[in-house]
Amino acid sequence: MAEALATIIRVEGLGMVTIRADLDHAGDAIAEASGLAIPDQTRIVTDGSRSLGWMSPDELLLVLPAAERADALTALTDALAGEHALVVDVSDARAVFDVTGPHAADVIGKLMPVDLDMLPHDGLRRSRAAQTAAALWRIPGGFRLIGFRSTADYLRLILENAAIPGSQLAPR
Amino acid sequence: MSRTPPFRLVRGGRLIDRAFQLAFRFDGRHLRGVQGDTLASALLANGQMLMGRSFKYHRPRGPLASGAEEPNALFGLGQGGRFEPNQRASTTALVAGMVLRSQNCWPSLDADVGAINTWLSPLLPAGFYYKTFIHPRPFWKHLFEPIIRRSAGLGRAPTGPDPDRYEQAYGFAEVVVVGGGIAGLTAAREAADKGGRVIVLEQDPHWGGRTPTDHDGGQAAIDAALADLRGRANVTLRRNTMAVGLYDHGYLLARETLADHDPNQGIPRQRLWRIRAGHVITATGALERPLSFACNDVPGVMLASAMRDFIADYGVAPGKRIVVVTNNDDAYRTALTAQAAGLDVVAVIDARPQATGDGPQAARAAGIPVMTGTAVAKVKGGTHVEGVALCDQSGTGRVTGALDCDVVAMSGGWSPVVHLYSHCGGRITWDEAQAMFRPDPSRPPLGADGKPMVTVLGAANGDLRCAGDLERAEAPTMPVWVMPRNAPYKLRAKMWLDFQNDVKVSDVELAAREGYASVEHAKRYTTLGMATDQGKTSNINGLAVLSAALDQPLEATGTTTFRPPYTPLTLGTIAAEARGEAFQPLRKTPIHDWHARHGASWEPVGHWRRPYSYPRAGEDRYAAVHREILAVRNGVGTLDASTLGKIIVKGPDAGRFLDMMYTNMMSTLPVGKCRYGLMCNENGFLMDDGVVARLSADTWLCHTTTGGADRIHAHMEDWLQCEWWDWQVHAANLTEQYAQIAIAGPKARELLQRLPGTIDLSQDALPFMQWAEGELAGIPARVYRISFSGELSYEIAVPAGRGLELWEKLHDTGRDLGITPYGTEAMHVMRAEKGFIMIGDETDGTVIPQDLGLHWAISKKKPDYIGKRAQARSFMKDGGRWQLVGLESLDGRVLPDGAHAVEPGVNANGQRRTQGRVTSSYHSPTLNRPIAMGLVRHGPARMGQVLEFPMPGGGVMKARIVDPVFYDKEGTRLNG
Amino acid sequence: MLILTCPYCGVKAEETELSPGGEAHLKRIGPDGTAADFEAYLFARKNIKGVHFERWRHAYGCGKWFLAARDTHTMQVYGTYKAQTAHATDEIVANARQARPEWVPDWPQASEAVVG
Repeated sequence: MAEALATIIRVEGLGMVTIRADLDHAGDAIAEASGLAIPDQTRIVTDGSRSLGWMSPDELLLVLPAAERADALTALTDALAGEHALVVDVSDARAVFDVTGPHAADVIGKLMPVDLDMLPHDGLRRSRAAQTAAALWRIPGGFRLIGFRSTADYLRLILENAAIPGSQLAPR
Repeated sequence: MSRTPPFRLVRGGRLIDRAFQLAFRFDGRHLRGVQGDTLASALLANGQMLMGRSFKYHRPRGPLASGAEEPNALFGLGQGGRFEPNQRASTTALVAGMVLRSQNCWPSLDADVGAINTWLSPLLPAGFYYKTFIHPRPFWKHLFEPIIRRSAGLGRAPTGPDPDRYEQAYGFAEVVVVGGGIAGLTAAREAADKGGRVIVLEQDPHWGGRTPTDHDGGQAAIDAALADLRGRANVTLRRNTMAVGLYDHGYLLARETLADHDPNQGIPRQRLWRIRAGHVITATGALERPLSFACNDVPGVMLASAMRDFIADYGVAPGKRIVVVTNNDDAYRTALTAQAAGLDVVAVIDARPQATGDGPQAARAAGIPVMTGTAVAKVKGGTHVEGVALCDQSGTGRVTGALDCDVVAMSGGWSPVVHLYSHCGGRITWDEAQAMFRPDPSRPPLGADGKPMVTVLGAANGDLRCAGDLERAEAPTMPVWVMPRNAPYKLRAKMWLDFQNDVKVSDVELAAREGYASVEHAKRYTTLGMATDQGKTSNINGLAVLSAALDQPLEATGTTTFRPPYTPLTLGTIAAEARGEAFQPLRKTPIHDWHARHGASWEPVGHWRRPYSYPRAGEDRYAAVHREILAVRNGVGTLDASTLGKIIVKGPDAGRFLDMMYTNMMSTLPVGKCRYGLMCNENGFLMDDGVVARLSADTWLCHTTTGGADRIHAHMEDWLQCEWWDWQVHAANLTEQYAQIAIAGPKARELLQRLPGTIDLSQDALPFMQWAEGELAGIPARVYRISFSGELSYEIAVPAGRGLELWEKLHDTGRDLGITPYGTEAMHVMRAEKGFIMIGDETDGTVIPQDLGLHWAISKKKPDYIGKRAQARSFMKDGGRWQLVGLESLDGRVLPDGAHAVEPGVNANGQRRTQGRVTSSYHSPTLNRPIAMGLVRHGPARMGQVLEFPMPGGGVMKARIVDPVFYDKEGTRLNG
Repeated sequence: MLILTCPYCGVKAEETELSPGGEAHLKRIGPDGTAADFEAYLFARKNIKGVHFERWRHAYGCGKWFLAARDTHTMQVYGTYKAQTAHATDEIVANARQARPEWVPDWPQASEAVVG
């Protein structure tokens, strides 16, 4: 039997922190506390094991190893003290999947109304995967997709269905 | 003339490979075809011209066309769940082992008793149903409708679920070209030169459209164009892909068939492409029109283009002696093709006074008789063609001669395929010179930028010459809508327009006489164009007949609306991945699997699945509810409340904002405390409720109902972004970050105090409606002292990832206390015992908090909140509103949920007047009697009165109006 | 199915990524409003064949509400703009007037800007 179009792995052990603030005003403080540059609109900045994604004009998502989450929460909360800002732990609210392999884009292309040709190497796209909200960015060899924890089984199911062997999108 | 084998020609057939023989079954007979055959060509190659029965008269039908427009040769294909009705023989590839079933006939295709309808045809005119079955009224329901329903519908529906897999995919391109003929491929090359992404879609398995069949050097031109396109990285060529609909802003749906030929391959059978095109080029070609002469529906009369396709593409001779009937030059190609294949072309009957184009000249040179100014007066034969009678086209049908033949190739001219162009608003215009509707270049469909989003090229644009070097000189088509021109009624009543639905020239004329002048009305009255082919072959001819009957130009009649899909879509492609377990995103709490392991009977709440109850061996779900309630009332129980919405609202203006969101005052809530809040919409109606906790000076946590989490968060964002955007507030939906567990019952505190932790859970330290934070059982937790059951109760929120751990620790620790998991139904019953309202039970979108006696939760100090103005409207303050009360059944039976209380008199519709309804009704295990709540006019002022509730099927239940709080009105238990 | 560009994040979103929110530029009528004004605020909606202003939320994206100027007949999008804007921009007005010269904005300053 031919192979699945992509390898689908649920990623555990990630910490995630949502930061809501006026990015023009508080950007420097966030950058310093998170150790990452503030991403441009719809981009994600990655350095080693940490990423900082642009989610909306007043929202960033810090993704980092779970072990560093508590320190990061404290650092960000301290850095934004006195600002009108919200720093909250959302690590437990998410399900994360890595979709990798030569046909990873086909799998995503069956589920998300996103023009992947136009997604930059550091692009972050919030959209939907079939019927549930999801955000997407590129990782080496494929894509990382984050959705809600409660729909983790659904996400895995639709990703695996979209990856069934022999179903690549290339014309035949 | 009789038909004799062989029907497969010894040579020719560019699409078939004779080396591969394929066995298949047709109505039980074992037949053989070859690789590359369609069902139609394979059946013809076996001498099977009869392929179906018409819908109304059950007339014998042979194939009319060779493409997607085929109205006659439709089969039921496959078996069991894979059975599909109405599959077109002309576009379905033959697969070894296929099982074909003919439709709309009984007992068999050859001997169909329904064919008697054809003798009744004078009694079954247009509008027959409307005229016949109206009176007497009861006959419709009991006699006519059942009979019609049994005989109506073409084909039958499959009875099992479709076992195949389907999927969708999103596509993006700067230009999408629909149609892989020479026009489309040429356009694709030009589009690709500009550098953008180009997708080319071709409905057939092979490229070229009509070009290779109709033009010398056609195949070479196609091959050259393909070779060029295949070398370009920005071009995607996709065959077997039918563009079915074009919608606003360049949204194009196309169905790609992947495994129709081999369902056991394990890959999706079909894929629906959802393509966003910057620009769409439709090069979809044209469809040939039939000619309307008497008995043009006898099997063996087919479109001239179809006949040459069968000969040239599949190496099949539909017949041995061919008569071609035409009003244009194109049909001469069929004569020449047939003759070159060694068949006998008896004559070309050309309705035009003269025929001088290249085609006619070539035919004459080849020795084919050409008879101009001539018409077919009638086709002879019943189940197959035996000959034609001839007459003058300009006359009334006086027979001037006859020809023996076994097939007739007809061509009434060509109609551009303007469907996609028209789907999204493109307008068409009547081209008198070419006798066709074609796209009006001044009124194309517009895209998001206001510029034309569709370009139509080639035959689809009315350019019937082939592109490039393949052009040849053709004389004009002469419009021929009835043959002969002055045919009497006797002939017109035998001229078929819609071959599947049995609509004849005389039917359309009758509709016009009866006043159905609008083309849309005439269509529905006669059923013209309502067959599975949606009028692809019948529409224009019918419109022309209607126009003549109305004595108006075709332009004035117009066309019916072109609606997607171009050809039928299998529902599987529309559902795609959304089937079975993936039908909807099923949301699961962090404790879901525990519930499943412990036998939860599920209740869907939004997309969530929540345990309704946990039946044990020997219990049904209701017995379990009974047991769970008593366990909570007498000991301790746990409820998975993780689905409740949890929205953090933070900022300097958060208090002010929440004062606008809720009817009560939230800004004054002290830190550490909880308050039950009501949320209304601007109409004043109650939309959600929940407990709000103040976490810090500038932070509140708002609980919402399970179904309300996303909606209420969106509601808050709407007001924050669009109305009070200068207020400094952040709202974040943290519903899924936390697992939340309710621990309720007189032993709740005892249980929790057994767990190690840093939180003082005593009554003094943590009284009712307060919260505390710390560690519980080694897990960071926030504990709310809130109660929806009326018992001593705590709700504990922990990070979702540790919810199961806490739940299991509670159950390990509380075993000797009889700890019992309880589900949503126990929760519902217990809250009703307490007289607590439930959003969706006591509210239905028309209920204001005042109706529910919740005045205490509506601030009178606040100048404003969402819904305040509406609640001041006159009818909101009207004392005649239905208001919340308890209801006590007089005879011990449980009132049906939703039952209406009646009062004397009838309303304007002659229905009993009502004065209230039951909103919640249960058997209370705690009280061991029925309890109910309801909304009753002036209810609270009518304590003790008895209401009557008529029951379905007769009888009345009576209930007394009582206080809605049935249990522990003083609240001593929840304060315990 | 529409495509609208979210003015907050620049994403060209398709309709399935958006939630509709009805007519734009409604003025909220609070507790002091007259019955007639409040009725109009709650219920009276334009039903225009032509230039229309409407609310959309980029629900599956950045979550922001924005406004779109769209032609309900031709589906042309004259522009999208942020929700915290009192009126469509001059550029959007110009786009709409180019397609529909007979259309005039119903707020005073912008029409002057266009005429001038």
